[in-house]
Amino acid sequence: MTLEQVFGLYNYWVVICLMMTGFYIVIARKNMIKTVIGLNIFQTSVVLLYITMGKVTGGTAPIIPPEIAAQHAESHGHEDGHTGHDAHVDHAEHADHVSEAGYEATDAVVHHGVEAAEAAELIYSNPLPSVLMLTAIVVGIATTALALALIVRIGEDYGTVEEDEIQLINRREQPNKRAS
Amino acid sequence: MFVSLFILTLLVVTAISIARIRDLWAAVMFTGIFSFLGACWMLILDAPDVAFTEAAVGAGISTFLMLGTLALAGKKEKPTKGSPLVPLIVVGVTGAALIYGTLDMPHFGDPNSPVQTRIQPSFVEKSQPDMHGLPNVVTALLGSYRGYDTLGETAVIFTAGIAVILILRRSSTEAFGSGSTPKKGSK
Repeated sequence: MTLEQVFGLYNYWVVICLMMTGFYIVIARKNMIKTVIGLNIFQTSVVLLYITMGKVTGGTAPIIPPEIAAQHAESHGHEDGHTGHDAHVDHAEHADHVSEAGYEATDAVVHHGVEAAEAAELIYSNPLPSVLMLTAIVVGIATTALALALIVRIGEDYGTVEEDEIQLINRREQPNKRAS
Repeated sequence: MFVSLFILTLLVVTAISIARIRDLWAAVMFTGIFSFLGACWMLILDAPDVAFTEAAVGAGISTFLMLGTLALAGKKEKPTKGSPLVPLIVVGVTGAALIYGTLDMPHFGDPNSPVQTRIQPSFVEKSQPDMHGLPNVVTALLGSYRGYDTLGETAVIFTAGIAVILILRRSSTEAFGSGSTPKKGSK
């Protein structure tokens, strides 16, 4: 095992450590609320695992800078495409080389060149894991709410939310149906 | 790098203290802290959308729901009777298997990993002409390319909300018979 491997994989190991902590809480603790807390920890760790896979070294969040996005949106009508700061600079530089008559015709071409260069320089991290995990988080809170409602209901009926005590009560009340 | 390691250390410490602590109130608070630390790490990992959602849902709504449950179902956890040895062994074996599985995974931040090379450039490049310059690619993906996912997610939340209401309403009418039973304020 090399040091490079350790630095490349430490994030997975930490996430697995968190995951196993959640798993331990789920299987070792008999209190139902604690079990739901363990499930929550497990779920957050899975989310973290997916998010770490989407990271690119030197990358940035997958949000296109407003100048580039605005230029893209308005690239067909180039009369109002002068909003970006960089576009102004390029505009001035280019005016030195191009005569006044040919200026309007080349304007759109220059803009396209600028935005392509800027887009190529930026590295974006992967947006796909983010999207999948957004869905997972929201579904997770839905299941958590349902589990907690069931726990409240069980607590009202049995007077306890400890699994072993509930099993004891069940055995005492229904000795014949122990197998079911 | 160091900020990241600091947050990861705090995450592990928080998780272990949740596992050890007996007071459920404190455990719920630690869960909120855990979610918030996770959100911080997600922000470093270039996923601000997920970080916002995790901070709002994981650290906010989830903590709120659990506190509501604690108020209705009791705050103290009884000491576990059985030995923790068997769960520890199970967890250890599972963790070791998972760590063995990560050994040939692509390294952290590798731009040439299959996750990055298969589908991502097309999404970032295509979302610009497709969405008429919408800056946030995650929004474009969530709302359009994977719109059916989001629709299904909405259906799941709706179903869960109805189920929570049904479960809790039945308890207030049949078990106690009085209309003044405090209902849990979820959904």
